[in-house]
Amino acid sequence: MERRHCIELIYPELQDKPVVTIMGACAQELYDLGHRENFFYLQHAMGLASSIGIGLALHRPEETVVVLDGDGSVLMNLGTFATMARYAPPNLVHIVFDNGSLLSTGGFDSHTTQGVTDLAGIARAAGIPHVADTSDHMAFGEAVVAAFEREGPSVVVARVKAVGPDHYGMDLHLPENAFRFARYLSGRRHDT
Amino acid sequence: MTVSYENSKVVYEGIRASGVRSISALPETWLGLLLQRAEDDPEMTLIQVAREEEAIGIAAGAWFAGEPHILLMQNHGFLAAINGIVSLAQLYQVPLCMLIALRGHWGEPYPWHTRGGNVTEGVLRALGIPFEYARDPARVAQQIREGYALSRSSLWPAALLLTRDLMEEAP
Repeated sequence: MERRHCIELIYPELQDKPVVTIMGACAQELYDLGHRENFFYLQHAMGLASSIGIGLALHRPEETVVVLDGDGSVLMNLGTFATMARYAPPNLVHIVFDNGSLLSTGGFDSHTTQGVTDLAGIARAAGIPHVADTSDHMAFGEAVVAAFEREGPSVVVARVKAVGPDHYGMDLHLPENAFRFARYLSGRRHDT
Repeated sequence: MTVSYENSKVVYEGIRASGVRSISALPETWLGLLLQRAEDDPEMTLIQVAREEEAIGIAAGAWFAGEPHILLMQNHGFLAAINGIVSLAQLYQVPLCMLIALRGHWGEPYPWHTRGGNVTEGVLRALGIPFEYARDPARVAQQIREGYALSRSSLWPAALLLTRDLMEEAP
């Protein structure tokens, strides 16, 4: 299973949800499918995409907030699972693409490369009520749809190959992305 | 050493008076009474984190959500949060209003706090973060309001250092 196919599969579902991605390949693959004002790409500060998701979800309970994370990033902030479990925002869907690689920072092995460390197990033990561990498209798609439909924070781990795009770059300045993302959210508030 | 009940209340009321109803924090002794008030306040959302850098992400999420927010942490937690401050808040121009308990400074009896106390101001300067010392309970509410206003207008962090004079009872 490849991350870009997973993102492609759920892309139609993302059109009306605030999405926060990690840096590098994950951000690029979403952007390449077509940027939307509800997408925020965290191109640095590894580990904090899920924290942004928690802050967003707790303060905008009417939105379904989606975080596209990775093994390298989430390993930098494992405490996030405990914070997420403690405050349990019902509207947060945290997708972790586990490719066992620090692909976007040089392709080094991550702690999950050998298959010893189990991110879904860590999420479960932290107290996340709904955790799925998926390695094919069918299971991934079903787990994400179920997560969108239910109340309660969900973690979906997707075991994917360590491959990424052959190009990087966005026609979007970083603060511009932040400003437009905030405007999208303030517009949604005024609409409702 | 006793944490000042009265001044903790003054700081908390200052946060409320600035219009903020959302706080992220990592608890520590000087912040304990403050956070107790936040927990008991039905209008306040309090999010405790496992490590302070998380709070930078949570504050960014609150900013995107349109929710006024203040961060409470010890200075050692501020030191632990630096990459998030630089590579999220400063990189993306997300405001942060940080109230930082300044341990390890003038009068510090505990050796373990002293290195962090000595470098906090220098690190704030290196990061280009405007800061003030809060010493006088009569002024602290205004300082919180002004720090909050500056962070929002500059789209940049601002820090208020909560000193021993303010946070501890006079012996």
